[in-house]
Amino acid sequence: MKQNYDVIIIGSGPGGLAAAIAAKENGADDVLIIERDVELGGILVQCIHNGFGLELFNEDMPGPTYAQHFIEKAKGHGVKTLMDTMVLHITPDRKIYVINKDRGYITLQARAIVLAMGCRERTRAQILLPGARPAGVYTAGTAQRFVNVEGYMPGEKFVILGSGDIGMIMARRLTIEGARVERVLEIMPFLTGLTRNYVQCLLDYGITLQKQRTVNRIIGNDRVEAIEAVSVDENWHPIPGTNELIPCDSLLLSVGLIPENELSKQAGVLLDPVTNGPYVDDRFMTNVPGIFAAGNVVHVYDLVDWVTEAGYVAGKGAAQFAKRQAVDTGDQVPLSAGENIRYVVPHKLDKNRLAEDLVRLQMRVTTPIEKRVLVTVEDQNGEVVTKQAEAYARPGEILTLAIKPKAYDSIQKATSLTVNLRER
Amino acid sequence: MAEISEIICVTCPKGCVLKVKHEDKEILEVLDGCKRGEDYALCELQDPRRMVASTVKVRGGLHPLVPVYTRQAFPKPLIPQLAQELRQVEVPAPVKINQVVLADALGTGVDIVTSRDMPERNTSSL
Ligand SMILES: Cc1cc2nc3c(=O)[nH]c(=O)nc-3n(C[C@H](O)[C@H](O)[C@H](O)COP(=O)(O)OP(=O)(O)OC[C@H]3O[C@@H](n4cnc5c(N)ncnc54)[C@H](O)[C@@H]3O)c2cc1C
Ligand code: SF4
Repeated sequence: MKQNYDVIIIGSGPGGLAAAIAAKENGADDVLIIERDVELGGILVQCIHNGFGLELFNEDMPGPTYAQHFIEKAKGHGVKTLMDTMVLHITPDRKIYVINKDRGYITLQARAIVLAMGCRERTRAQILLPGARPAGVYTAGTAQRFVNVEGYMPGEKFVILGSGDIGMIMARRLTIEGARVERVLEIMPFLTGLTRNYVQCLLDYGITLQKQRTVNRIIGNDRVEAIEAVSVDENWHPIPGTNELIPCDSLLLSVGLIPENELSKQAGVLLDPVTNGPYVDDRFMTNVPGIFAAGNVVHVYDLVDWVTEAGYVAGKGAAQFAKRQAVDTGDQVPLSAGENIRYVVPHKLDKNRLAEDLVRLQMRVTTPIEKRVLVTVEDQNGEVVTKQAEAYARPGEILTLAIKPKAYDSIQKATSLTVNLRER
Repeated sequence: MAEISEIICVTCPKGCVLKVKHEDKEILEVLDGCKRGEDYALCELQDPRRMVASTVKVRGGLHPLVPVYTRQAFPKPLIPQLAQELRQVEVPAPVKINQVVLADALGTGVDIVTSRDMPERNTSSL
């Protein structure tokens, strides 16, 4: 097997597939995707519901259809794949150590790497759920894989903790398959997933959502027998006297996703403690030259279309780096989150980039504002470089803002940029 | 008798809560939304439809199931019946994307189609 590649991509979800396609389209000769699963597509393989492709294709596709489109395109471009193969370690000089059933332990060398490992789910241990440890507690994504790919029903009567999209989508899916979903509990005072999913997954099937309520205790010896729900105050402290025992045989956790960055850390990639993903510039290059990142590994996206777009940008950057065409990164200006903004990606902007193209910023807000708001990008003197009006701002939805080439002149004077969101 | 129902519009991500004044299925007035919201409210009152996704069994496939979906939006009240119907369907591998697994489901005129290829087991086509 060949050992040297222009661009190696770790992970074959929509981020990795787009990066591979873009790397080929931008002149990289040998492009390899390494995937630990037996098939390409990443998390989309189990996301059988519709709702993918609305931004890029203006079409409403199921996840597997969206994935297949890019799988076929990548193959058509001559992208090579190494399946059923786990990446164990990567180094700052872009050596990749992998293990594979047929070939054993092998070492590959890339001129540029794109990290596209996606994210993993927060588990029971990470949210410190008290009570017994019976069978029947699953993360929502694991249950989704059981039901949609492997053909097992994990239980009959469910309580779901967390109003994120995966939890709500699983509430509907389990109901369609004949199970009962007794309740969805959300500790926050607001929905953390999309309104569309609240309507089409919960309201449509008469499933009750309770906010500012959580699981106090899990009850059961071998198998979950019930959970005790409780209301919480603003500081997440249980309110006495609000306890309710809900009989069920399964508890699904939909309590957040964390970018998967164990490999990144080994290579010296620095992580932003807010996003849990790498610090990246506008080409999605990390602090380690030649190591790029795309998709949920950078920050958790709500729409696949933006993951694909990020993959294109990262793949193009990787190809340019591999071909030694990358412009130097000396003239970068840092971007930071200001008022009402929790984080903004990318973290740095190449001042000259606007001469070629627009740059898309993606951010999450701290608190919901159901009023007209103005998002501004301001320089160190408070001068507005670009602004955008929005009808509302919600933590559950990523906000996207484009800096257009016409802002080129004002960016040249900037030494730092801050993104703010204020009521109008 | 006119009544007021609250309908959450999901035509765009904003998700307005529409106050719909209606007499049975005739709309008299829609408050708090845009024109697309009005169309949505009318649909919801007269013929609510949804895209439905599920799985059907595959014989000899890489996975034991293949995902399927309704090619067009499907009448909401018939969804439970559709789910039951799909549990009876089994198709042999290999399966191609867009293959019809149930034509004219429940006489609605809507076909149920696969959303991906499903190769045979042991032949790695991906
Ligand atoms: C349950 C769920 C429902 C969603 N619903 C919607 C929706 O309705 N509409 C929408 O637009 N978006 C939706 N999204 C969001 C969107 O699908 C994801 O953001 C997107 O798929 C992420 O793509 P990715 O390429 O970053 O990661 P993934 O698709 O997770 O791909 C990562 C890949 O990397 C591989 N990998 C990881 N580590 C290694 C390693 N060490 N070695 C080898 N391979 C490795 C994994 O096996 C995996 O295949 C949903 C997401 C989830 C999780
Ligand atoms: S009423 Fe109009 S603005 Fe409101 S959600 Fe529907 S389409 Fe969007």
